[in-house]
Amino acid sequence: MTALQAHLPALQVVVPMLSAPLAMLLREHRLSWALATAASLCAFAIAISLTLSVIDTGGMRYLMGSWPAPFGIELGVDAMSALLLLIVTGASSLALIAGASSLDREIEVERQPLFYAAWLLALAGLCGILVTADAFNIFVFMEISALASYVLVAGGPDRRALPAVFKYLVMGTIGATFYLIGVGLIYLMTGTLNLDDIVYRIGEVAEVKPILIAAGFISVGLALKAAIFPLHVWLPNAYTFAPHVVTVFLAACSTKVALYVLLRFNFVVFKPYLEDHDLKFAIFLLPLSLLAILVGSAVAMFESNLKRMLAWSSVAQIGYITLGASLVSVAGLTASLLHIFNHALAKSALFLALACLAISVSKLRIENIGGIAKRMPWTMAAFLLAGLSLIGVPGTAGFVSKWYLITATFDSGPLGILLVAVIVVSSLMAVVYIWRVVECAYFRETDEAQSAREAPLMLLLPTWAAVLLNFYFGLFPGVPLELSSSAATLLLGQTP
Amino acid sequence: MNFLGIYYYWVFAILLMVGFYAVIAKLNLIKKLIGLSLFQAAVFLLYITVGKVEGGTAPIFASAAGERLFSNPLPQVLILTAIVVGISTTALGLGIIVRIKEEYGTIEEQEIQEIDRQ
Repeated sequence: MTALQAHLPALQVVVPMLSAPLAMLLREHRLSWALATAASLCAFAIAISLTLSVIDTGGMRYLMGSWPAPFGIELGVDAMSALLLLIVTGASSLALIAGASSLDREIEVERQPLFYAAWLLALAGLCGILVTADAFNIFVFMEISALASYVLVAGGPDRRALPAVFKYLVMGTIGATFYLIGVGLIYLMTGTLNLDDIVYRIGEVAEVKPILIAAGFISVGLALKAAIFPLHVWLPNAYTFAPHVVTVFLAACSTKVALYVLLRFNFVVFKPYLEDHDLKFAIFLLPLSLLAILVGSAVAMFESNLKRMLAWSSVAQIGYITLGASLVSVAGLTASLLHIFNHALAKSALFLALACLAISVSKLRIENIGGIAKRMPWTMAAFLLAGLSLIGVPGTAGFVSKWYLITATFDSGPLGILLVAVIVVSSLMAVVYIWRVVECAYFRETDEAQSAREAPLMLLLPTWAAVLLNFYFGLFPGVPLELSSSAATLLLGQTP
Repeated sequence: MNFLGIYYYWVFAILLMVGFYAVIAKLNLIKKLIGLSLFQAAVFLLYITVGKVEGGTAPIFASAAGERLFSNPLPQVLILTAIVVGISTTALGLGIIVRIKEEYGTIEEQEIQEIDRQ
C-alpha cells in the first residue's frame, strides 16, 4: 500500500487516460459506461487519498521517471490542487452515474463508447493540469482536456451545439496559444519550465519587461479559458446546447481549473519577484469581477431558457471567485477558493436537477414547466434546495463562502462597503431568477406538464447526493475550509 | 539593437497578428480556421527562434573530443508537441465545420445566425 501511495499523483492522470481507449474498444455502451464510471470513481478515491495525505503532510512531490526536478517533469500536489482534484473527480463521477439514464436520449447508443472515451480524456487532462508542476505540461494537459470537451459539447442533439462548439474551439485555442506565448517568453528569459524553479530564476533576471509581457499573455489567455467577464462569450451557448450531464461536468470543472492555473501563476510564480505585481493584478481583475457579478446576474434574471439562465449565473459566480482573489489577502483568497468548491457543488446539483427535468420536458424553457412540481416533486425540491445554496441562504454551502467573501471585503478598506453592496445586490438577483423558476413550477399550470413523470432513480440519486452535500458542507465546512485557508497562505507565501 | 538581428521576432509578431485578424474579421468558418492555424504557427516560430544558437549544429553526441556548439533542442521538442496539438485542433475544427455544413447548409457565420434566429 505504501509503495502505491507514493505513485498516486501519477496514477491520478494515468488511470483515466488509459481507461479512455479501453472504453472505446468495448463496443457495448453499457460496458463502456461501467468502465468510465469505475475509472472516474477510482480517480475520486485517489483524490481523497491524496487529500488525506496533503492534510497530514502538507504536500507531495513526484519525479516523473525519477529524473531530478528542474530537468525532468515534476508532479506536485498541495492543498490547492487537492481541493480542485476533489471537485473535478467528484463531479465527473456524479455526472457519469446520472448519465446512465440521461445520455441515451441524447446520443446514439453505438456512438456512446466514443463519447465515454472523450469524457475520460477530458477528466485525465483536467487532473493532469492539477497535479503537474511544469508550465509546458500544463499547456499539453489543457489542450487534451479542451479538445475532449469540444467533442463532449458537440455531442448534444441540438444542431445549435455545433456553432457554439466552434466558437468555444476558436476562443479556447486563442486562450491556450496566448498561454503558450507567455510560457515561451518565460523560458526565453529564465531557461526553465519548472514552476518552482521559475520563481527563483525570475529574481535573477536583469530585464523584467519580457516577464511582464509574459504575465500579461498568460493572465489574458487563462482569463479566456476561465470565462472571466468580457471573455465569457463562449460559455452560455456551450453550456446550453451540450448534453445535460456534460454541462454538469463542465460547469463544475473546466472554468475552475483554468482559474486554478491563473491563481497559481499570478501568486506563486509572478508575485514574489515582480514589483507591485499584486497591485496590477488587483487593478486588472477587480473591475472585471464586479462587472461579471452584476451583468451575469442581471442577464440571468431575464433569461427564459433554464440552462442558459444557469450558465449566465455561472458567469456571475466566476466573478465572485475572482473578486475574492483580487483582494490579495489570505481572507480573500480563502473565500475565493472556498467559493470554487461550493459553487461547483451548487451548480452541479442545479444542472443535475435540470437533467432530471429534461426526461419529461422537451424544451427546458420557463414557460414549459408550469405546475411540474406536482408531477416531479423530488426533482423540483432538489432544484429549490440547490437554488438556496446558490443564493447563499444560511445552512447551505453557498452561505459559508459568501460569508467569508463579505468578511474579507469588509477588511479591505473604504472600497469594501461598495463591494459588499455589489455582492448583496447580486445575491438578491439570484433570489429573483431562482424564484421565477420555483414560482412557475409550483404555482402555475400548463398542459405539457400534465403528462410528466418523475425522473428515474438513477438520475435522482446523484442529484440528491449533490443537494445533500450542499447542506453537509454548509453545516460542517471543515475540510474544504481547511484546504482553502492553507492553500491561501501557500499562495501568498506565508507560513501557515 | 539592430533591426535585422531580431527580424525573426518581427516575423513572429506579424504572422501572429495576420492570423488573429483573420480569426476575428473573417466570417467564413474555414477562413477563421486558417487564421487560427497561422496564429499557432507564429508561436511555433517564436519557440524555434528562441532555441537557435548562432553557428550551432544539431545536438548529436560526437565521439570525437572537442568543443562543439549546439542549438538548444528543448524548444524544438516542446514545439513538436505543440504542432501535434495544433493539428488536432485544426482537424477537430474542420470536422465540426463539416457537421455544420451538413446541418445548416452553409459555413458563413451570419447565415448560420440568421437560420438560428428563425
